[in-house]
Amino acid sequence: MKSLFIAASITALLASPALAGKAFISNERGNTITVVNTETWEVENEFFAGNRPRGITVSPDGSKIYVCASDDNLVRVFDANTYEELPSLPSGPDPELFIIEPSGKRLYIANEDDNLVTVTDTETRTVLAEVPVGVEPEGMGMSPDAKWVVNTSETTNMAHFISTEDYKIYHNVLVDQRPRYAQYTADGSRLFVTSEIGGTVSVMDIAEDGAPTVVGKISFEVPGVQPEWLQPVGAKVTSDGKRLFVALGPANRVAVVDAQSLDVLDYILVGQRVWQLDFTPDEKYLLTTNGNSNDITVIDVAKEEAVRSVQVGEQPWGVVTID
Amino acid sequence: MQFRVSPLLAALFLMLTTGYAAAIDVRAAVIRVDYQSVLPISRYDLRPDDLGFAGAVLGDEDNGTTGSFLGHTYETRHVTTTPEEADAALDAILSDGVSLIIILADRDDLLRLTDKAQESSALVFNAGTADVDVRDTECRGNLLHTVPSHAMTADAVAQFAVWKKWTDWFLVAGSNPQDEALADAYRRAAVKFGADITVDRTFEDTGGSRRTDSGHVLVQRQLPVFTQDADDHDVVIAADDTDYFGRYLTYHLWTPRPVMGSAGLRPISMHGAHEAWGATQFQTRFEEATGRRVRPEDYNVWLALRVIGEAVTRANTAEAQGVRDYALSDAFELAAFKGQKVTFRKWNGQLRQPILLYDGAITVSVSPQEGFLHQNSPLDTLGLDEPETNCTAFN
Repeated sequence: MKSLFIAASITALLASPALAGKAFISNERGNTITVVNTETWEVENEFFAGNRPRGITVSPDGSKIYVCASDDNLVRVFDANTYEELPSLPSGPDPELFIIEPSGKRLYIANEDDNLVTVTDTETRTVLAEVPVGVEPEGMGMSPDAKWVVNTSETTNMAHFISTEDYKIYHNVLVDQRPRYAQYTADGSRLFVTSEIGGTVSVMDIAEDGAPTVVGKISFEVPGVQPEWLQPVGAKVTSDGKRLFVALGPANRVAVVDAQSLDVLDYILVGQRVWQLDFTPDEKYLLTTNGNSNDITVIDVAKEEAVRSVQVGEQPWGVVTID
Repeated sequence: MQFRVSPLLAALFLMLTTGYAAAIDVRAAVIRVDYQSVLPISRYDLRPDDLGFAGAVLGDEDNGTTGSFLGHTYETRHVTTTPEEADAALDAILSDGVSLIIILADRDDLLRLTDKAQESSALVFNAGTADVDVRDTECRGNLLHTVPSHAMTADAVAQFAVWKKWTDWFLVAGSNPQDEALADAYRRAAVKFGADITVDRTFEDTGGSRRTDSGHVLVQRQLPVFTQDADDHDVVIAADDTDYFGRYLTYHLWTPRPVMGSAGLRPISMHGAHEAWGATQFQTRFEEATGRRVRPEDYNVWLALRVIGEAVTRANTAEAQGVRDYALSDAFELAAFKGQKVTFRKWNGQLRQPILLYDGAITVSVSPQEGFLHQNSPLDTLGLDEPETNCTAFN
């Protein structure tokens, strides 16, 4: 009877992670993915994720984790529940960041070494198209209607607007030096592009037909921090379109921006070399990867405060969350 | 008929020239003046045939990729010449209408060619000469420098030494004029950052002790003797611009000390193992395009072409004056794989940039070092700052 009871509690314990939300963090130098429970904030697991894992995302149904294994030149795929490795996807050389369309069918991958965006079919595991873009493609954003993919090229310093219908580039917009990340608002009316070396975020209004118009530029200023270290990298905007959070790299801060007036409201101190961001699915928390302190910072979105940090693997780079 | 066609042509011409993405064919040239010189101490330092030009290949490629979205094309000519034939080589380029010129040459030839280029209103980028005076008393208004000066590299070493609290220096200078000029930069850097040169010696260039035919046997006996009886010092600073003894110092000192400067920990604008700040992608692109690892000269040329590319992309100009004005404007900034934007000093045309400290295998540190502050940019703690400039050509 007693042993049965223990067995039952173990089952309950084992089952509980499946109910809680999870965050998956790619550790660039550790070659692993760390799994963090987003209720208890305990590390649940850490598993091998390929060589130099960077960009990380999840299939829309939450069942598969995709990670850019940059030094393996492919996208590795893992079961989000068992962490078992599934067949890999072709990515083209040196994949860094990617974005998955809402249907989960096509993955758009930036190939940093080859000036290409590769389009991969996640079902047939084949390359559908290669789109030539500027030098050192990096950031990948997608319009909410899935009609446009925006790629940023770090040395060309452009945002390229690629149609998902014919894979042709329809608009090129010059932004400041080393654009890193592109993020649409949930209603698709605005696009934010971060520029790491330029130290700015370019803001574009997006017309009905997808055409961008630059309407502003956000700059940052923190007393006591050299302006050179205010380097915008990852960015996320709340689904109501009110708040933009921008990771400022070696400034070790996340900027809180009014996404409408574009005023910078606050800077939240996080871990060292803050890189990428992701909300928990309920948007209660924002997680930041901190590459030099090997941890993630948990930010309470409503309070706009850092509430805790969790040690993860070596040099955390990207983060994605599931329910 | 004539009358009817002309306005149409004029309108077409207007459309092409006033449109934002007007087609521009950018033509530049790299002139490399080759000198008679003795072999380097290390075979690893042998000059590749395409030294400097390899940077132009990647520069054209990077600019061309961006240009493909804007209707801009880039073509850079590569010219090798001798000091005697350099003037004729430049004349040929100028008479073809090329007015963006990158020069790899020694000080005297650089200045003479720059003045000749000025007669045709051409802009020159210095990618080879570190002499301080071409940025100061001998500066030219049509001369921009992507190569760091001796003052910048000496300050980079000095800051690292002072950060380490290695403030007592044994300065070993070569006896050639270039070595003496470099030694002066270290003496100035010591004063600037509060280090003491407790020993200051010159190692005479007698033309012997080279690597072949057991040169090292001689060196192994000469150098300990040369470096003995020295006052206490934390570090040895080598000023050997002509590369005849510096590399031997590291393990042949009387008192074992780290060596910095021309040997040991060297200040450098770029090396093939630098990976931070996205430089890995620069290295792989360079190696794919040229089949070898990058040298500082290649990087300096690449930088010059990227400056031109930024002016064409953002200011829509490939004219010498337009490129110069844009490069010196507040709008100019360039990402150069060094963690922060690089820009030009408005008072002497020098590109301000971080300096890598390189041990032959890795980036050991990068100057400016933490804690060296400046009212405008920490990068201006390296090299000649505005209040001390003697350059008036940019006023």
